[in-house]
Amino acid sequence: MANFIDRRLNSKNKSTVNRQRFLRRYKNQIKKSVEGAINQRGVTDISSGENITIPKKDLSEPVFHQGSGGVKDRVHPGNDQFSPGDRIPRPPQQQGQGSGKGEASDSGEGEDEFSFSISKEEYLDLLFEDLELPNLEKNQLDKLIEYKTVRSGYCAEGVPSNIDIVKSLQGSIARRIAMTASKRKELKALEARLALIQSDKHDHIQEEKELKESILALTNKIKKVPFIDTFDLRFRNYARQAVPTSKAVMFCLMDVSGSMDQATKDIAKRFYILLYLFLSQTYKNIDVVYIRHHTQAKEVDEHEFFYSQETGGTIASSALELMNDIINERYNDSQWNIYGAQASDGDNWADDSPQCKAILEKNILPRSRYFSYIEITQRAHQTLWQHYQQLTHTHGNFAIEHIKSVTDIYPVFRELFKKNTKSNAA
Amino acid sequence: MNTSSKKNNKEQQKDSVNGTHEKAKKPLSDNSDWSFELLEQYQSEIARVAEIYRLDTYTNQIEVITAEQMMDAYASVGMPIGYNHWTFGKKFIQTEQNYKRGQMGLAYEIVINSSPCISYLMEENTMTMQALVMAHACYGHNSFFKGNYLFKSWTDADSIIDYLLFAKNYISKCELKYGIAEVEATLDACHALMNHGVDRYKRPQKISLDEELKRQEERSEYLQSQVNMLWRTLPKSTEKSASGTVQFPSEPQENILYFIEKNAPLLKPWQREIVRIVRKISQYFYPQKQTQVMNEGWACFWHYTLLNHLYDEGLVTDKFMLEFLHSHTNVVAQPDYNSKYYSGINPYALGFNMFMDIRRICEHPTEEDRAYFPEIAGSNWLDTVHFAMENFKDESFISQYLSPKLMRDFKLFHIHDDTQNNYVEIGAIHNEQGYKSLRNNLANQYNLSNLEVNIQIIDANIDGDRGLTLRYTPHNGVSLGDSKDEVLKHLHYLWHFEVKIVQENNVGIDEVIAQCPANTKKGD
Repeated sequence: MANFIDRRLNSKNKSTVNRQRFLRRYKNQIKKSVEGAINQRGVTDISSGENITIPKKDLSEPVFHQGSGGVKDRVHPGNDQFSPGDRIPRPPQQQGQGSGKGEASDSGEGEDEFSFSISKEEYLDLLFEDLELPNLEKNQLDKLIEYKTVRSGYCAEGVPSNIDIVKSLQGSIARRIAMTASKRKELKALEARLALIQSDKHDHIQEEKELKESILALTNKIKKVPFIDTFDLRFRNYARQAVPTSKAVMFCLMDVSGSMDQATKDIAKRFYILLYLFLSQTYKNIDVVYIRHHTQAKEVDEHEFFYSQETGGTIASSALELMNDIINERYNDSQWNIYGAQASDGDNWADDSPQCKAILEKNILPRSRYFSYIEITQRAHQTLWQHYQQLTHTHGNFAIEHIKSVTDIYPVFRELFKKNTKSNAA
Repeated sequence: MNTSSKKNNKEQQKDSVNGTHEKAKKPLSDNSDWSFELLEQYQSEIARVAEIYRLDTYTNQIEVITAEQMMDAYASVGMPIGYNHWTFGKKFIQTEQNYKRGQMGLAYEIVINSSPCISYLMEENTMTMQALVMAHACYGHNSFFKGNYLFKSWTDADSIIDYLLFAKNYISKCELKYGIAEVEATLDACHALMNHGVDRYKRPQKISLDEELKRQEERSEYLQSQVNMLWRTLPKSTEKSASGTVQFPSEPQENILYFIEKNAPLLKPWQREIVRIVRKISQYFYPQKQTQVMNEGWACFWHYTLLNHLYDEGLVTDKFMLEFLHSHTNVVAQPDYNSKYYSGINPYALGFNMFMDIRRICEHPTEEDRAYFPEIAGSNWLDTVHFAMENFKDESFISQYLSPKLMRDFKLFHIHDDTQNNYVEIGAIHNEQGYKSLRNNLANQYNLSNLEVNIQIIDANIDGDRGLTLRYTPHNGVSLGDSKDEVLKHLHYLWHFEVKIVQENNVGIDEVIAQCPANTKKGD
């Protein structure tokens, strides 16, 4: 007696809820781990989830168990050398003895980390919890960039190619029924009368003739109701629906002059990673444009951007100009959401700073969703910062922040993108 | 270690097939891909043979599942329907992680003590494995669930699925009503005390009113018959009224969850129900904990015997047998103490070999066997193994049936470890002087009451500050593990008033070893 049941097609994610419960419970620890992990990623590497490690002691499920001390008797298999009464120096807490102890192994020892993977979605959700894409709401209202044609019911006018035959004929039938109803009723009555007369023994020639005439007239009238009328026609209606574009371009601008060392660049890199991850939550396609500059700006690939060393002075406006050119050339701002992130150690040729401000104000900011400037330095702010600072008051989509060390990145990032209370949406 | 004996055994059987064995039937397909049709065929053949060996089973419900579903089943610790709790999520993540890294293979099967008996077969198994698993789970474990006295008296296979369903629904309703956090905290607390939520002895059945009255009558009659007017002349004792306070509970309670459910002062009704649910589930699993060796041994014994029977009949091919024996040997392998794979005694190995050994003692007893097992040597082996399966648990099974031959085969030895010495001592080995002591020690190793912490509620100050006192009684001087403070916090969550654990010290005075809330810190 046995029943076979094929359960393979049943949902396999019976444990999903429990898994979520687990993540919820250890959110804080997981978040910490996520933040640590961000440093080890490439900017556009977001296809994978993340490995999470949590200290084991944080997730213990305590039960009463036997501790140390006392007398323990164990039986083991495979005796190859022992005789009764042999005395063996106590092995240093691991081999043989340890494994036989079952639950009672000295708690706290052994594996001290519990590690597991979370999916990409879970990872990103955790990373960007409580953050909001700046000006996203405004963008969607202001910039209805792309249109999609969607069906939206039927209308009485349109081009012949859009005629919906079924709907039209339904209308036709309805109209014909409605328009002939009274006549058919009359006709029925006349026909009944005619039948009555004809079955009568007496002749009613006159009346019969009249009846037949009016029946003919009525039938003709009914026939004259047109099979289809322009009134019946129904056309499929299409509407254009605005869809916010899912394309975004992210400009990474970085100062690579002699004063920027590798540590500073790493900090900047992490910031870009965060920004990229963050944008990828919202946009399907993201282009990343790397622009590095000293006295001249140059568009480069990721590796060169982060790892090649240049020397020389600093003219930040060159990078902004190049960015502007690239926008003009490749990224029409009616189709692309433009994000900019500039990182620098604050050094700039003093006369150049007003120019940076001007380019940003005139050319870049009006076309960008968001532009952020981070200054990675231990020293006091210089001219660039001061000029940029003036812009923050007038432009809601511009923000500057100061980073001193690696640990600042995430807080600063959160600060930049924290959920706005709509105040600066002017 | 015992593979050699098995091979001999097999050759022997092969001879009997070639030589004397009668009807060679057309063998079942040994294609490694299984199909439902083929499963059905194997199943009915196995069922037929199982019948010959008098294996009495619940109806089988065999479910084919995928590896992911198997991991789900793992995570719910063998409950086909589990309520939601983060620990199951953790278990799932752990399993998934280990599996993906290749650190562990999944079990070929999971079987649930229910009626009908649900067994899960994994999709990836080959046909041979499916046949092995069916013989192992659907006839081995299944008949054990139905026949063993512990399962008979402590679990109700018919109602468990319904109960689990009720539990799941009840708990999710509570979550909606009282919030996930609150329910989770309650469950956490209950889980911490889960091992102390089982009855080791049956509570007396509630008797009917009729019965009660009758008994009372009998009692009073008896008292009446004892009346002797002479004693009336003695002065009455006044001691009783002096002491005044009544001890509550009147006897120490070891079922902590039961006590909480019935007596915790501030527990809300729904929390009591949850305590009850956890307690019931703990009770349901209790027999499984006590019969690991026997249960697995029994199942291995039967998959081995049943499939060999099919082979003897010519129903399965050599190819099938080779694959089967390969898996079987892996399952019942016992690494030696100094092997890097050693992690204690393998219950499959011990159980399987003990049942095989019982059969050997019955069929081909030696002089030694006659001396050690006069009552079973030479008896009907089938009756004997059935009797052994039905009436024992691991501890008693080992102390009853572990033979000197098996101890020699396993080369067992006993280590006596007294913390006061800086050495460990070999107590007994597999020789004439050591057999009994070895057997005793091994049996004790499976005695749950030695393994689990002996902790009992001795006092609940219901009329006073409502403090709850538990007593830890050490076994062999082993102290209570460090987690006690954490567990006590959970207990405090349920009891709401002060809880403490005391332990008798060398001079016989109770000392507090843990308390919660830890307001007054006492020096040790």
